[in-house]
Amino acid sequence: MAIGLEHWLILSAVLFAIGLYGVLAKRNAVVILMSIEIMLSAVNITMVAFSRYGQYITGQIFVIFIMVVAAAEVAIGLALIISIYRRRKSVDAEKFDMMKW
Amino acid sequence: MPAEVFLAIFLLPFFSFAVIAFVIRPFLNSRPLLSWYMAIAAIGTSLVLSVWAFVAVSGAEHHVLEMPNYQWLTIGNTVIHIGVTVDALTAAMLVVVTTVSLLVQIYSREYMRGDAGFCRYFAFMSLFTCSMLGLVLADNLLFMFLFWEGVGLCSYLLIGFWFHKPEAAKAAMKAFLVTRLGDFGFMAAVVLLYAKTGTFDIGELQHLAVTGVLGGSVLTWAAIGVFSGAAGKSAQFPLHTWLPDAMEGPTPVSALIHAATMVAAGVYLVARLFPLFSSSLTAIYVVAIIGGFTAIFAASMGLVANDIKRVLAYSTISQLGYMMLGLGAVGVGMATGHISGEHALALGAAVGIFHLFTHAFFKALLFLGAGSVSHASGTFDMRLMGGLRKAMPWTFAMFLIGSLSLAGIWPLAGFWSKEAILHESLQYVPVLFALGLITVFMTAFYMFRAIFMTFAGEYRGGAPEAHGDHGHHGPHESPKMMLVPMGVLTILAICAGWLPVNELLGGEPHSFFGSLASPLAWASLVLAGAGIFVAYAIYGRKWLSATAIGRRFAPVHTMLLRKYWFDELYEQLFLMRFLINGFFGVVQWFDEHIVDGAVNGIGAVTVATGTVVRKLESGQLQAYGLAIFVGVLVIIAFVFIFT
Amino acid sequence: MGMQVAFWILAVVSVGAALAVVLLRNVFRAALFLVLCFFTVAGLYVAMGADFLAGAQVLIYVGAIAVLIIFGIMLTRDSQEGSPSGRLRLPAVLIGLLFLVTMIFVVIGTDWGAVAEVSSEPTTTAIAEAIFGGDGGFVLAFEIAAALLLAAIIGAIVLVRDK
Repeated sequence: MAIGLEHWLILSAVLFAIGLYGVLAKRNAVVILMSIEIMLSAVNITMVAFSRYGQYITGQIFVIFIMVVAAAEVAIGLALIISIYRRRKSVDAEKFDMMKW
Repeated sequence: MPAEVFLAIFLLPFFSFAVIAFVIRPFLNSRPLLSWYMAIAAIGTSLVLSVWAFVAVSGAEHHVLEMPNYQWLTIGNTVIHIGVTVDALTAAMLVVVTTVSLLVQIYSREYMRGDAGFCRYFAFMSLFTCSMLGLVLADNLLFMFLFWEGVGLCSYLLIGFWFHKPEAAKAAMKAFLVTRLGDFGFMAAVVLLYAKTGTFDIGELQHLAVTGVLGGSVLTWAAIGVFSGAAGKSAQFPLHTWLPDAMEGPTPVSALIHAATMVAAGVYLVARLFPLFSSSLTAIYVVAIIGGFTAIFAASMGLVANDIKRVLAYSTISQLGYMMLGLGAVGVGMATGHISGEHALALGAAVGIFHLFTHAFFKALLFLGAGSVSHASGTFDMRLMGGLRKAMPWTFAMFLIGSLSLAGIWPLAGFWSKEAILHESLQYVPVLFALGLITVFMTAFYMFRAIFMTFAGEYRGGAPEAHGDHGHHGPHESPKMMLVPMGVLTILAICAGWLPVNELLGGEPHSFFGSLASPLAWASLVLAGAGIFVAYAIYGRKWLSATAIGRRFAPVHTMLLRKYWFDELYEQLFLMRFLINGFFGVVQWFDEHIVDGAVNGIGAVTVATGTVVRKLESGQLQAYGLAIFVGVLVIIAFVFIFT
Repeated sequence: MGMQVAFWILAVVSVGAALAVVLLRNVFRAALFLVLCFFTVAGLYVAMGADFLAGAQVLIYVGAIAVLIIFGIMLTRDSQEGSPSGRLRLPAVLIGLLFLVTMIFVVIGTDWGAVAEVSSEPTTTAIAEAIFGGDGGFVLAFEIAAALLLAAIIGAIVLVRDK
């Protein structure tokens, strides 16, 4: 069976769903960050798949930019986590509810 | 006599009220007697004008003076007039009201001496007199209703004159509300008549009723409505409960308002609208039956009353019943076709009003006498009096004459008017005549019971607290300023029956000695004499013991003492149970729970919703993320479904 | 044929690694599995003929991002808690599954057009030409991306420095 665009898209959807679960259901903030990276990777796969099956290079350019942004975001995210850890001695996301009613 | 003079008759007392209320009371309160001078001057002038009017009417054609009327308001297509009507009926009433009012106000100078509300008293007295005179003079129902309400208002103000006494305040409210009940019927009748005939004018309405244009059930209902207003003001059954309590007011007020004038307004109204009543058999039977029943009903309660003013109050209600009976009897005669015509109409009015005329004088006299007695002994309770004949000979003599007149002893005034009523009721409503005859006995009995308890025997001490400021020991005669008006009333109580008033009104003439020839006259004289004798036996000589009789007939005695439990009926059962706890309770529940509940409910729902919804803002970012994603899925779903 | 084998193996491994990242209790091991996931994704790029991106993926993701994440784990170590599951486990599972089903439905239901053959020339030149060539291409985005990285560096430093 030939690998068609659908296969790639479904693989990407699976990875995205897994990342989504990790973002919503895990308590450790770093793990949440890792899950976000998984989601971004899934999106990257989609972009490249379209680029390859649609025969235009723009998808891959997009992926470059996504990678740039992902890197920047991880840097900032970890900086935030570390500064929170210093104040509250915890990275448990369920404990950060200062915005509640 | 120019028409403006008639306006002056009731405007002068109003002017007096205005001056006392707005000038004397605020600025000259240190000289309260000024208000007395003002009031006396005004009412005195009105009296002179009234007598002049009486003479003029006597000499006029058909005993009616033609008067113009003025336009007052124009509402759309309707024009409301005000005007004055002067005929024999008016003239007689004018004389009664002004005379009694003047005498009572002269008496009040001594009675109310030293009272803090002296000016206020005379202001209200003047206002009342103005309203009563206006009521009598008015020529259309709307204008009359204005004064009708004014009279009710003044009655309230004067009954509750000593308003810091809770009993007085309650009595004033009770009087106002009970008469209000009757006034609703009156108002409804006025509106009904206007709707059906397009006029308020009394003369036109009388004409329409007589010619039969206005008839049938409209007329009956209108007449019954008018009578309900009259029954309220004249304290007829079942609206009688306010008058005994109204005795909380100062005694001269009781004399003027609740004996002579305001309560007579109801009788006057029926007499004035007599053509309407006499054209409706149902309505006139209602008048006669209620009148006759009230006469004996009230007299029965007067038999056991211990407060001298209460005895007089029940007596007033009873005598008003007589007046209604008289009107009713002739009316029944007309409605059943036995008599008819102008002559019969005048006769009906004459029978009732003649008794009103005589009653005003002797009842006012009796009340002023009661005031004199209380002035001396400090109380109105007859069980604490006694033996006052020696201390107050003048009061005793005058009170005695007044009582004899009330009992209907020949040749005093009361005899003639009561005879007329009994005569007519025998002819047309014999059952009610029987009740009236029994009442003659009861009337004589309770009046002389009062006399013996008050004036005979030994003085039983009077009021418990010391009767201090005169420095005398024991009771003494009242000052001249109080005795002179009583004296004038005594003379009138003797000879009012001899005045040509009856003929002027249209009644049947009577001969002085010839009336003794009729068996009816003898029957009533014998009964009256019997009543006096029985009272003498029980209370004068004490051959029979009053308390023993009371114990023997204990259930009856209790029923009379408790006024047939009518007060309890009205206040406890009807007012509290049905209305306040029942109907009003339901309405209040509705207002509190449903109307307020809806408003509060909106607030409560909002708060409750908020309490629930704010839990969504948990501060948990992952929950927010979840919600966002759910939204995304929903949007995807929408896009899919609708494209 | 080769690509199919490669695809399936790499796909299974990447999905497995991703599952391990979100399900493991030990955070460090989760980070290691993340690294594995990135590697397999790079392999997938190669399978699709995006050679430059595969290299970039390994350099950036594995070389920088994964290392940063491991630093972060080291600095915020909680020996007891590790990586427990939150309260929203079930709703997240539901939503994830729902999303997955929706996407599969969409993907299968859409007609995507022709399938092209993979060209095995290196993509670097094509990417470079697309970014810098033509009528400017994506140069502006490129420069802004650079500025973004600068801002991120400065921001991270500001956030974490000692006062």
